Amino acid sequence: MRLENLPIVKDEKDCLPLFIDQRELILKYQIPVSDIYPFFEGLKEGKILAPKCSTCSRIYFPPQSVCPFCKKSEMQWIELSREAQLLAFTQIIVKPQSFQDEGDYYVGVARLKEGINVLARVVTDKRPRVGSKLRLEVTKNNKGNLVYCFVPID
Amino acid sequence: MQKVGVVGVGITKFGKRNDANMNLLAWEAINAALQDAGIEQKDVDFFTVGNAGVWSEELLPAVTVGDYAGLTPKGTMRVEAACATGSAAIRVAYQSIASGSAKIALAVGVEKMYGVPVPTVVELIGRAGNFFWEFENFGLTFPGYYALYASAYMAKYEVKEEDLALVSVKNHYYGSLNPYAQFQKRVSVDEVMKSKYVAYPLKLLDSSPITDGAAAVVLASEELARKLTDTPVWIKAQGVASGSSNLSKRSDFLGLEASVEASRQAYKAAGIEEPTKQIDVATVHDCFTIAEILAYEDLGFAKRGEGIRLIREEQTYKGGLIPVNLDGGLKAKGHPIGATGVGMAVEAVKQLRRELPSTRQADIKNGVALTHNVGGTGHFAYVTIYSL
Repeated sequence: MRLENLPIVKDEKDCLPLFIDQRELILKYQIPVSDIYPFFEGLKEGKILAPKCSTCSRIYFPPQSVCPFCKKSEMQWIELSREAQLLAFTQIIVKPQSFQDEGDYYVGVARLKEGINVLARVVTDKRPRVGSKLRLEVTKNNKGNLVYCFVPID
Repeated sequence: MQKVGVVGVGITKFGKRNDANMNLLAWEAINAALQDAGIEQKDVDFFTVGNAGVWSEELLPAVTVGDYAGLTPKGTMRVEAACATGSAAIRVAYQSIASGSAKIALAVGVEKMYGVPVPTVVELIGRAGNFFWEFENFGLTFPGYYALYASAYMAKYEVKEEDLALVSVKNHYYGSLNPYAQFQKRVSVDEVMKSKYVAYPLKLLDSSPITDGAAAVVLASEELARKLTDTPVWIKAQGVASGSSNLSKRSDFLGLEASVEASRQAYKAAGIEEPTKQIDVATVHDCFTIAEILAYEDLGFAKRGEGIRLIREEQTYKGGLIPVNLDGGLKAKGHPIGATGVGMAVEAVKQLRRELPSTRQADIKNGVALTHNVGGTGHFAYVTIYSL
């Protein structure tokens, strides 16, 4: 029940009065990606690219344009291999506010033969198994945007 | 470095606190801590406010809390280290005294997580890791991050969900003995197993709740601590470490590297070689049941893969090899992010002062207690050794 001329309601359970903030704040971040733009161009071509430091050969995934160990930004963009082994996974049942429009989904971390790990959705109806083989692919999410995901190899 | 003592502690009832806004909640803890120390606000040289925020309306919690609690114009800052925020707030206050810049410092941790609807909280803590690469497109949640660890650990060491449930049973048992705890009800393995999945393989009763609460400690230099109390509790050592932002950069999902590193530092500084023999009681970061098992191993209470045996054999109950979370832990006591680490300190001090009811008072033989506070999913780790 709301008080007249005041944005105050009583909590359904404990009946204590709560002032409902009338100033709604919407946050939508703008994130610069010019330094890792090749990654997104790669997705458009169906490729998953990662920068490799020209000095020490470290591969950075998620991509970053600087090698903090060599203190250099001379990177060579390489295409990642696709076969992966599942290290860990979960199925998200209680979802964040902004994912409420989706059904339950699997997310996993899998290791590529380059020795790097990738975290992504695992697109499957069947519960995956730790240690199983997956394939890294480019797909579209439910907003129509290009993303990478894993699919099980049977 | 000056020796630093805890001379006053205060804690509020944890839970859904619709009766108090953030400032009032913080005041409850501050007032209790000032009284316990026998000092007034004017005696405090510096104070820190541990608050993760966003779900509560004030963006400058250090000044709103300070103003409300009569601490203005003392110097202050908000301190944030995710779920280890409370320990970080203690660290800054501790360092202010250790460095000689303050004689008395207060650290308060406060969180009002019920300030926004639950799905918004799920969103905010899901973003707490690496937003751009692990949340934006994939929608991980905080239980989801720990569920990754649970899946790997369970597969490697043949652990069942029923085993993890034993941690919930223990911590709810001790929560039922702690009037400050959010949950005062015991649970059975069967009840844990029947609770709904939030992020497979973790269920609701594997998870710490959304909580409002506050806790405060008053710290003093050695000279003042000895004047203020006959039973100062010393901060003997603190180890701090961080972990990779992206969970994909973790080498395996069988332990938290940051916890291992923080405990290594703390043990070295405190001269601890055999933790289960030298530590009387521990509060560890059990935001999920799997997290307590990982903590047993990361802190050296058990070898890697053998942590589950400690709970199966009830070795972490009072009277066991090493009692853990006799306050109910995050699981049952509650997890008000910024207050959690300070609440752990309050518990350690009360245990060492032997102030607790016998049902949950550990035997204090060495006069040493440990707190282990993790931020995020091993993104931050703080291990603190308190001693008489």
